[in-house]
Amino acid sequence: MTTFLGMPVVHAPPGVGALQGDEAFPAAARRALADSQLRRNIGRATSTIRAKRAAVVDEVPDWEQLREAGRTLKAQTMARLPELLEQLEEQVQARGGVVHWARDAQEANEIVTRLVRATGADEVVKVKSMATQEIGLNEALEAAGIAAWETDLAELIVQLGHDRPSHILVPAIHRNRQEILEIFRREMPGLGTDLPDGLTADPRELAMTARRHLRRTFLRARVAVSGANFAVAETGTLSVVESEGNGRMCLTLPETLITVMGIEKLVPTWTDLEVFLQLLPRSSTGERMNPYTSMWTGVTTGDGPQEFHLVLLDNGRTAVLADEVGREALHCIRCSACLNVCPVYERTGGHAYGSVYPGPIGAVLSPLLTGVTGDGVNDTLPYASSLCGACYDVCPVKIDIPSILVELRAQHVEARAASHLVPGPEALAMTAAAAAMTKASRWRLLQRMSRLGRLLGRPRGSADRRITALPPPLSSWTASRDLPVPPPATFREQWLRERS
Amino acid sequence: MRIALFITCLADTLYPSVGRATVAVLERLGHEVVFPAEQTCCGQMHINTGYQRDALPVVRHHVEVFEPYDVVVAPSGSCVGSVRHQHARVARRAGDEALALRAEAIAARTYELSELLVDVLGVEDVGATYAHRVTYHPTCHSLRMLRVADKPLRLLQQVRGLDLVELPEADSCCGFGGTFALKNADTSTAMLTDKVRHVLSTAAEVCTAGDSSCLMHIGGGLSRLRTGTRTVHLAEILASTGGTR
Repeated sequence: MTTFLGMPVVHAPPGVGALQGDEAFPAAARRALADSQLRRNIGRATSTIRAKRAAVVDEVPDWEQLREAGRTLKAQTMARLPELLEQLEEQVQARGGVVHWARDAQEANEIVTRLVRATGADEVVKVKSMATQEIGLNEALEAAGIAAWETDLAELIVQLGHDRPSHILVPAIHRNRQEILEIFRREMPGLGTDLPDGLTADPRELAMTARRHLRRTFLRARVAVSGANFAVAETGTLSVVESEGNGRMCLTLPETLITVMGIEKLVPTWTDLEVFLQLLPRSSTGERMNPYTSMWTGVTTGDGPQEFHLVLLDNGRTAVLADEVGREALHCIRCSACLNVCPVYERTGGHAYGSVYPGPIGAVLSPLLTGVTGDGVNDTLPYASSLCGACYDVCPVKIDIPSILVELRAQHVEARAASHLVPGPEALAMTAAAAAMTKASRWRLLQRMSRLGRLLGRPRGSADRRITALPPPLSSWTASRDLPVPPPATFREQWLRERS
Repeated sequence: MRIALFITCLADTLYPSVGRATVAVLERLGHEVVFPAEQTCCGQMHINTGYQRDALPVVRHHVEVFEPYDVVVAPSGSCVGSVRHQHARVARRAGDEALALRAEAIAARTYELSELLVDVLGVEDVGATYAHRVTYHPTCHSLRMLRVADKPLRLLQQVRGLDLVELPEADSCCGFGGTFALKNADTSTAMLTDKVRHVLSTAAEVCTAGDSSCLMHIGGGLSRLRTGTRTVHLAEILASTGGTR
């Protein structure tokens, strides 16, 4: 289901950045499910955020209209993306900024590295950003001898823990406060921050310790790297919304600011922000308004960074735009409401998805960006859902995630069929079942065969027999669930016998 | 009213009592029920597992079978959800606009049982008696695809003798999800465990729902753990006029 947009479809390159893990979802999930500490941490955190979100959404009488407005604005933006991006470029340049276009993660990393080197700095401070996580910027900078310091508290915890983020909004959601205390104790002294004697896992104490650790870095850093929540094409304004004030520090103190932004983060006009600045905080942190909303337009002499670079990142996004069903995933404003309501995410956590984008939106966005190949690790992600639809209900821009999951499963099956000469057992079974389902006489035959299952009921001779063990692949059902014994006659047999 | 029964492949094969109960309720209310014998399956398993090309002739078959009828009922939120939200999409994806339009026309007159009773027939008291402690699981597709909301609960509230207990975290998925239960069996089981835990916390004898598939999953867990709690389809409760089961 792709549309020819007049340019080649280029997916995010493999091996660069963090859009794909190295293990299929079911195997990674199995390991995560066995981690009882992880289960408890994530279960507690998601249920707390769910309740907060529900409370602040319920109090908005026109929430459904806001969602519809958000959806419409995003759809219109995607339909006019090329011209709006050029308008943004013009506006940013007219106000003293420099715009760079990055085809993929590799190019974006090279651009940022070159820009930092040109300043002579050997370190940068970072605002929490999904785009830079996606491209693996920190690792690329490190390889070039440039230290990248995460300044968001949760990102700092992840970085100090030599860990990976597991949630879009709360990257350290898989850690509890005791684990955070241990990470601080182990890592901070080596970075020049002495910890007070008797530091406990009290959240305020931990936050104040992080604050002291970060403050020195803020005052020292000459270069900051950020992402962007929104960019206004009409004015060239960039915006970051956050809770801790670390973003404001990074966006105002250093001499040079480099912003890496996915090309889908655009809104056409300033007034469009009104809709998204209502939708985002209520959906993400469950707040009426986030504590810090920073906006900047080019550079202002004598105030804030005197050099501003905007790196516009594709990394597979135009390929997603060409997918008629999948393109809706580009509407995502990274609120993570879908993660918090997802029964799969709640139990497996984010690492099982392998990508920096976990949960329902990650299960569609990651394979869309990297491409569905038929045998790829990300091909397993669209199946990581029971299609319960909770994600669609909470999405502030009404992305029909279940329908995209179903479409990507079809793309995966078709890619496999195209790349394998001999169909697998599942494909054969599906084709056979479909043949039976197009003619009632064949269907009745299949039903009669399934009645052989009556022989499998245990205990024999009991009125309450059940099937407790079946051969593969049905063994994965009976590993934890019984099945009823098929009845002596199907409904249609009973009906035909009694009524005709 | 003359109503065509879409039994669904699962109820037909494994749970014929659900079909009999659906017929019994509607006939008791004075309606004529017909069973189009050529029917098979809505194709949801194929669609949701990625086999949309295989699903296309199944969808066409369903359309041809049910086209002659004015009202179609199924004792399944999930299968009605597929008819209503997926059939036309499958046809359009294959470039068959004519089939999509025919599928949409049938979708508009296909109802899940509680929708038919409450919305179309305007009935909440179907004259049932069922003296058991019951908890109700709102299945995902009836809740979020069909928006049946509290219609099943309104029907249950009118059943004589029935002690209805609220299910904690009722709207979270039981973990079935069709082939999800096989492909991601561990995650599915983790979801089922929490559902079973909540069902048991109600001390109900019976867990009911409007979908045989979800009940097969929840019931499979309840049975494996020998909990003594059983699953009964909503239609069977509404058809009941007493007795012990």
